Amino acid sequence: MSEEVKISVRSLCKRFAAFTAVDNISFDVSKGEVVGFLGPNGAGKSTTMKMITGFMSPTAGKILVDGMDVAENPIEVKKCIGYLPEGAPAYGDMTTAAFLGFIADIRGYKGQEKKQRINTAIDRANLGSVFHKPIETLSKGFKRRVGLAQSILHDPPILIMDEPTDGLDPNQKHEVRELINEMSKDKAILISTHILEEVDAICDRAAIIAHGKMVFDDKPQALQAMSIKHNAVRIRFVDAAPIAAKECLCVLDEVSDVIFENETNSIMVVPQSGVSIVSQVTHIVRGEGWDIEEVFVTSGQLDEVFRTITSQSSIESGPVEEDLT
Amino acid sequence: MSMTASIFKRELGSYFTTPLAYVFIVIFLALTGIFTFYLGGWYENEQADLQMFFDYHPLLYLFLIPALSMRLWAEERKTGSIELLMTLPLSTWQAVAGKYLAAWVFSGIALLLTFPVWLTVNYLGDPDNPVIAVSYIGSFFMAGAYLAIGSCVSAFTRNQVIAFVIAVVICFIFLLSGTPLVLDLFKDWLPQILVDTISGMSITTHYNSILKGVIDLRDIVFFVSFISCWLAANIIAVEMKKSD
Repeated sequence: MSEEVKISVRSLCKRFAAFTAVDNISFDVSKGEVVGFLGPNGAGKSTTMKMITGFMSPTAGKILVDGMDVAENPIEVKKCIGYLPEGAPAYGDMTTAAFLGFIADIRGYKGQEKKQRINTAIDRANLGSVFHKPIETLSKGFKRRVGLAQSILHDPPILIMDEPTDGLDPNQKHEVRELINEMSKDKAILISTHILEEVDAICDRAAIIAHGKMVFDDKPQALQAMSIKHNAVRIRFVDAAPIAAKECLCVLDEVSDVIFENETNSIMVVPQSGVSIVSQVTHIVRGEGWDIEEVFVTSGQLDEVFRTITSQSSIESGPVEEDLT
Repeated sequence: MSMTASIFKRELGSYFTTPLAYVFIVIFLALTGIFTFYLGGWYENEQADLQMFFDYHPLLYLFLIPALSMRLWAEERKTGSIELLMTLPLSTWQAVAGKYLAAWVFSGIALLLTFPVWLTVNYLGDPDNPVIAVSYIGSFFMAGAYLAIGSCVSAFTRNQVIAFVIAVVICFIFLLSGTPLVLDLFKDWLPQILVDTISGMSITTHYNSILKGVIDLRDIVFFVSFISCWLAANIIAVEMKKSD
């Protein structure tokens, strides 16, 4: 195993009675990589994370964290992981300062170093203004950031965050993403989310799981490329789109379809298997002399691909799920 | 600082950041006073000892200790903070021990705050102070035994009310296990040796024996092993139920 691989999950399974929450998942997370764990609610994202952090024991499979087996060496593994559980639980009756002090104690910091670790975490999570407030009185965004501060206090080589931006306002989301980006250089980071734009914004790789199975594991760009609208050309006309446009454009071999979007006076020219068609299309547009306002190449819609991928797998494993619900 | 000490410090601190500590202490002191002076008729007794005072502790603890222990694990599971705690680099036994010791020391603080009763009896008469000291130790161990039961029960549920009720019932069984009320339940269908074991597990018997003013090794062994068994069960319960 390469030294750079920080989390290595092999054939991981978790069954609860008759229900299979995680079904034979394997993946790696390397240093310097941010992997976005995607999937519909209840897909098994949190369960997988709980098993990597040693909170839950797997039914089958093997997890290596920094080369150590989680089942054999749970304490050492927990030392090198920073974990933000779903909902960022904390001890509500404690102040931010007392809570981070407690975490620092457990992480084994004393005196000056403890103070300095807490201050760094406070700065990074931007918590200065609530330092002496009880956590239960804080807003959702601040609570989340207390959880974040707790997880990065010991500057761990591995960060696992379960929905770090859930319930934050757009500014806060931006801050958290910035923070993750900043830290990504020298850490292996696994975040779960169901916000697709987030994967685009911060992840080097997207791993999609649905119904406990891994259905996609590649770069976010590859995910976009799977969209039928990848490299599609949207043309907005000054007036209503000419009806003849469809015939004219379908002449091209590379074009599979032309979709009319009448509300915006636009058409969407969809290519065959994602090839670039913008030059051929603009050539025809010029030749026909249409009055156009805008030509725009779309990179593909993540949510559409996401829906396709995650519902495909539900059809495959459909009957089992039906029985349970 | 060791893990157990860090947990202990946090837990003990949290009693005093919430009203719980103050409510518990005030009620404990008020009830000991009422039981000793009114129900026990301490003045009318005209005896310079604290027999009355200590006689009511098993009953007082029966309701107050489960109220203290019910939140130990049930609350962690309810708020989800158990996920944070159990993914920190510490063993389950360290978390169990830290939380238990904090609760035990807290009950000890409440017990020590009854010192005005001791001052009163010394002012009014000439009591046998070594007996009183030994009785305080006995009472502290009894609180520890109740707490160990309560802490274990609390790990099985995320509902504090259920944890409270079940703990009261189990404490009640061990409180009365030397009496016919409990023994009659078992003697018809359990072998005599088990019935004797149940009878020997009576908290009351061992507590009353300490109240006589002598610390018998058997009583100490009883309390220490009783507490250890319940805490061992507590560790197993946390392991089993933490991620449910």
